[in-house]
Amino acid sequence: MNKPATDAERAAVDGLLDSLPAGWDGNPLEGRLAFSGLHRSQQLRHLLLPALDAVQSEIGWVSPGALDYICATLIVPPAEAYGVATFYALISTTPLAPIVVHVCDDICCRERGAVEIVAALRAVFGEARSADGPATWMTSPCLGQCDRAPAVYIQRAGQDDLVIAPANPASVLAAVDGQIEPMKVATASTTLLGRPGGKSLEAYQQGGGYVALAIAASQGADRTIAEIKASNLRGRGGAAFPAGIKWEAVAGIASDYKYVICNADESEPGTFKDRDLMESNPYALVEAMTIAGFATGATRGYIYIRGEYPLATTRLKAAIREAYAAGLLGSDVGGHGFAFDLELRRGQGAYICGEETALMNSIEGKRGEPRNKPPFPTVSGLFDKPTVINNVETLVNVIDIIEHGGETWAQTGTADSTGPKLFCLSGAVAKPGVYEVAFGATLGDLLDLAGGATGDIQAILLGGAAGSFITGDQLDIPLTFEGSRAAGVSLGSGVIMVFDTTTDMTDVARRLAQFFRDESCGQCVPCRVGTARIEENLARKLNGHGELDLQLIDDIDVAMKDASICGLGHTAATAIRSLIDLGLI
Amino acid sequence: MSVTVTINGQSVSVPDGATLLDACRSEEIDTPTLCYLENLTPVNACRVCVVEVEGSRTLVPACSRPAEDGMVVQTETDRVKHSRKMVLEFLASSVDLSTADSALSGWMETYGADPSRYGTPAPPTEDRDHRHAGHHAAASGEVTETVAQPPKIDNGLYMRDYSKCILCYKCVEACGEDAQNTFAIAVAGRGFDARISTEFDVGLTESACVFCGNCIAVCPTGALMFRSEYELRQADVWNEDEQNVTRTICSYCGVGCNLELHTQDNRIVKVTSPMDHSVTDGHLCIKGRFGYEYVQNLEDDLATTPVDVVLRSVRGR
Ligand SMILES: Cc1cc2nc3c(=O)[nH]c(=O)nc-3n(C[C@H](O)[C@H](O)[C@H](O)COP(=O)(O)O)c2cc1C
Ligand code: SF4
Ligand code: SF4
Ligand code: SF4
Ligand code: FES
Ligand code: FES
Repeated sequence: MNKPATDAERAAVDGLLDSLPAGWDGNPLEGRLAFSGLHRSQQLRHLLLPALDAVQSEIGWVSPGALDYICATLIVPPAEAYGVATFYALISTTPLAPIVVHVCDDICCRERGAVEIVAALRAVFGEARSADGPATWMTSPCLGQCDRAPAVYIQRAGQDDLVIAPANPASVLAAVDGQIEPMKVATASTTLLGRPGGKSLEAYQQGGGYVALAIAASQGADRTIAEIKASNLRGRGGAAFPAGIKWEAVAGIASDYKYVICNADESEPGTFKDRDLMESNPYALVEAMTIAGFATGATRGYIYIRGEYPLATTRLKAAIREAYAAGLLGSDVGGHGFAFDLELRRGQGAYICGEETALMNSIEGKRGEPRNKPPFPTVSGLFDKPTVINNVETLVNVIDIIEHGGETWAQTGTADSTGPKLFCLSGAVAKPGVYEVAFGATLGDLLDLAGGATGDIQAILLGGAAGSFITGDQLDIPLTFEGSRAAGVSLGSGVIMVFDTTTDMTDVARRLAQFFRDESCGQCVPCRVGTARIEENLARKLNGHGELDLQLIDDIDVAMKDASICGLGHTAATAIRSLIDLGLI
Repeated sequence: MSVTVTINGQSVSVPDGATLLDACRSEEIDTPTLCYLENLTPVNACRVCVVEVEGSRTLVPACSRPAEDGMVVQTETDRVKHSRKMVLEFLASSVDLSTADSALSGWMETYGADPSRYGTPAPPTEDRDHRHAGHHAAASGEVTETVAQPPKIDNGLYMRDYSKCILCYKCVEACGEDAQNTFAIAVAGRGFDARISTEFDVGLTESACVFCGNCIAVCPTGALMFRSEYELRQADVWNEDEQNVTRTICSYCGVGCNLELHTQDNRIVKVTSPMDHSVTDGHLCIKGRFGYEYVQNLEDDLATTPVDVVLRSVRGR
């Protein structure tokens, strides 16, 4: 028999439940349900990940006793709860030291000091994942801080977690000792999207915040959607799907429940624009979500934010709280006569949960495994109800569109790629950061904005780990949807990561392959095994055991593209293939 | 209501709601499947059944895609064959398929799957149940990873050898909503380290398992096996050619479950139920599945055949 949950473990779970709004019918649990019409156990299941998070955050790991207590409270079979807990990298089902330093050793940080940080931590705290001593460490995929590489993310049992970036061995060891410098506010280099008044709701409203919501409410849902359609706003999360079409589809379905979700899971290596937007002005995202709810008739929204973004999480929580207090969320939003509730959900370390249907499963308390499509989320999404899901940047654009009208807004950019666009510049550039341009700028323009390359350009990763590499003689590519398509590349999530000639691209390729092998959900055979085989092939070359088997890599790539369930498998070998094609590995 | 699709140029009508697999099967087009079973909800995870549908960027799983009027489907193109071959190669290069359904080796041949081209398979490891999501030991490049691991033998009724697991999810479904509603096992971990597990990998006797054996019945690879079959195989006594299958009705209660008694040397060595039986759908309870010892007295001095000796040794444990 398991040791029963300790008082502290119970308190962590009970604390989560107590923090949810009390029930109207006096039943302490029923009232906390986000939706209804399902069995009681199904109604509680969606609290599984928050409950695991609560125990992990307070205690530092999820013991068998704690898992039992969560299962008994939420009516979840223990084997399933264990399956969910072991899916997420930030949840540990084995004991860990109370402080865990996650050191980013991904493709930008690994050349910028990550190795030294790992060496320092190893010297003081021993091997990775230790349960003994005051602290331990492990490596991490990209933490979304590449502009300030190298980065670490620190989980601390019973205390707030934090990010240090840029980090060095001394600052990390000091932080483990409790000497923490306050995190700096993001220095957003953006102009159009970075809206004023990010410090408080009051400041936001004084700077013009919530004017868009008032316009939307007065012109009505149909007109609001018509403006979004007229703007030709396309999704900024990677797939470039027109936002207005999604909104219209969901608005057109009569359903007892509908949902809008903001995808703030931002885990694509090299991407940090959404973090920047959320840290610099969380109120704008809350307003945009409210407009989306109004336009589509969804009465509930979720923002699903990646777990490694503590600052953005704190600020969004505060923004949501302030909006409720001001009556801008809840049963009658701003006196406009519609209801909208908004909840923040934390991811727990799983890139795949950025895939929209995996994200929905994750909110539902399941393993973050993507669903087979069709059906698409607009028809059957979160809790099998019609759902709009949009990226942070997509949503924030909505405010300007409503304020200025879709057609006017669409005059920025090109005919097919309308509006402003954020790009994430990192690697070998003079001034890494988020840069905003009107669509139409070339790759060279963006590099100029970031102060140019700091060395001889060997390769540029465009679009993220799921994107592809190009060389320095392709700087005239227009960074528009149509321009990138014509050049055979993808804008993805707006990643522009520059590698100079000092970088060993085989090492980069192997790390990318490791990323996909680590982040594959494991559901479908082509991706589960294919990602492992690609990494082995690159390791063989890197470690001097042989050459790349180009035929095999090609065969694997084709099968992953054709037969995998989701975009992770479809694109897992694309960047590596591009390096091969360029003769860089 | 029916819908009409074109498969390999041939027009095929199937009832509304039928899948492309149903349509293929109605035309006797051999379509490999691994994670699909008539009596379970499709999980479309193995991807060996993929077909080409005009207008779709990727291939689609035939087992779960509903046929729609006017769909144009190809099942014999190079793209289809390539993906099927790769799925089979991927599995054969990482999983022990020695006791898998015989159809599988046939497909391996049909599609020309060659698992040897991935290199030397890695030896068994003890740590697969304790791997952490997002953190695997970086590949060395010397060997190719496998799921090889020691078998789990923790009770007298059945054993689990996850070296043979292709992660088809069938056992999880049979144990859960599709049949048993017990939820004793689930998929744990992530990526190549994903595995079938009880909570914290506790033994079956400590888990919620009620030993209905429904997971054994749906497992396509022999990863889940009656202890009797496992020990007979270990002793090299198992011989399917010499076995008889007798259909009868379970004598324990009034439900009327049909049983198939598999006998060798006049001893029951395993029990199944026909999948198309209206009462069971192939599923049984512990009594029908394992409660047959009373019909064969293994303590008898006359019980001395090799089968008897092995079966007695299992019982003694
Ligand atoms: C593996 C994978 C990871 C993804 N990660 C993200 C992400 O972190 N943020 C995001 O907005 N979209 C991500 N997407 C894309 C989403 O599935 C989805 O297309 C997007 O959220 C839709 O929003 P949009 O139309 O506003 O772009 C990911 C897709 C895949 C396949
Ligand atoms: S492609 Fe990879 S990540 Fe996507 S469902 Fe398949 S195994 Fe999971
Ligand atoms: S024997 Fe029955 S209860 Fe036990 S794991 Fe298998 S299906 Fe589940
Ligand atoms: S044990 Fe058998 S039924 Fe279960 S997932 Fe593995 S191969 Fe499939
Ligand atoms: S933060 Fe380290 S690579 Fe992005
Ligand atoms: S049989 Fe169709 S995906 Fe497995």
